[in-house]
Amino acid sequence: MASPMRIRAAAKDGVTEVRVLMSHVMETGQRKDSSGAVIPAHFITELTAKHNDRLVLAAEFGPSVSTNPYLAFKFAGGAKGDKLVVSWVDNKGDSRSDEVQIA
Amino acid sequence: MRRQLLFTALGAAIALTSPLAGAAGDELNFDAYREMLADGNPAELLEMEGEELWRTARGPKNATLEQCDLGRGPGVVEGAAAQLPRYFADTDKVQDLESRLMHCMEAQQGIPSAEIINGQFLKGERGKLAALVAYVVTHSKGKPIAIDLSHPRVKEMYDMGERAFRYRTGAMDFACSSCHSQDGKRIRATQLPNITKPEGAAEGWSSWPAYRVSNSQFWTMQHRLWDCFRQQRTAEPVFASDVTIALSVFMAGKGNGAEARWPGVKR
Ligand code: HEC
Repeated sequence: MASPMRIRAAAKDGVTEVRVLMSHVMETGQRKDSSGAVIPAHFITELTAKHNDRLVLAAEFGPSVSTNPYLAFKFAGGAKGDKLVVSWVDNKGDSRSDEVQIA
Repeated sequence: MRRQLLFTALGAAIALTSPLAGAAGDELNFDAYREMLADGNPAELLEMEGEELWRTARGPKNATLEQCDLGRGPGVVEGAAAQLPRYFADTDKVQDLESRLMHCMEAQQGIPSAEIINGQFLKGERGKLAALVAYVVTHSKGKPIAIDLSHPRVKEMYDMGERAFRYRTGAMDFACSSCHSQDGKRIRATQLPNITKPEGAAEGWSSWPAYRVSNSQFWTMQHRLWDCFRQQRTAEPVFASDVTIALSVFMAGKGNGAEARWPGVKR
């Protein structure tokens, strides 16, 4: 199972700033191991962020994103105490969803 | 290939002969780069893992580390790393954070230290120890480094560390000081702090453990030192051995008073 994300979300003047750190190998599928065998691709393909039940961000990820990706974005709205959920799915069907309260 | 070699050689010559010309501009670039990286330092993922490990009952004795005394009393993590290495009466040794955690893992959880000493970086119990380090150092972020050099055993280690720092050995007859005793030097894109001065010692000590973006790895100070022995082209030090702790006391003690920025982030 994938490790938890580190999510921080803070609302200020009607805008919420979200910062997410994900734990993922983000293997490109282009690398070889020491015996010359291709290391299979393994990377996040889709990510969504929901404020309460409203979708505020939908993103497509790919193999060019680094290991342990960091994502920061802002959206209009959001208040202290509201729920924010970030979820991702990868090309192997693994997924992870974490929730925080907006600070 | 030849062009590349020539280019590298030229680069090295420029870096070594005109430190001033390049230094100011480069420094600005590196700082801006590090600033961009610092927000969202993936070392935080290790920190989370370490916190979990601290609280999880593990090992043959099925115990947590919550009674581990890092020098500020059993279970106190806040500010502990900034005061390490220090002398511990229960082991009658000067210990750094890693050797102390290793002691706690053995004493409380029954995880044999030999497994860590004979292990490999980033793997197994030594890998778990690194996550614990990430957790503990984060709780000293922003605290002044405060090594108690008035303790005779700590002072003894400091002096030994200074000797080790200047001791030339290995295939190239290098000492740590061959690479770390002048201002404004760098190797490739990395600045080399002048560890013989308090500012340089503080720079080196307070910025590791760190997450390395170039290989997505979290390196502890023991790992950093091991790699510098390798760069010195000399024998690998034994994990958590006296020489590594002596060098740590020397650097930390010389950097006393500076602010810890742990965990760092490096290229
Ligand atoms: C051949 C040159 C060389 C020798 C000898 C050497 N180092 Fe280093 N040292 C480096 C380089 C290069 C770096 C930067 C490495 C990096 O970032 O990958 C470094 C980094 C460091 C750092 C971290 C500095 C910072 O600000 O990030 C410390 C601390 C350090 N060395 C201590 C030592 C000690 C102690 C010794 C002796 C055991 C030693 N070094 C021997 C080249 C050397």
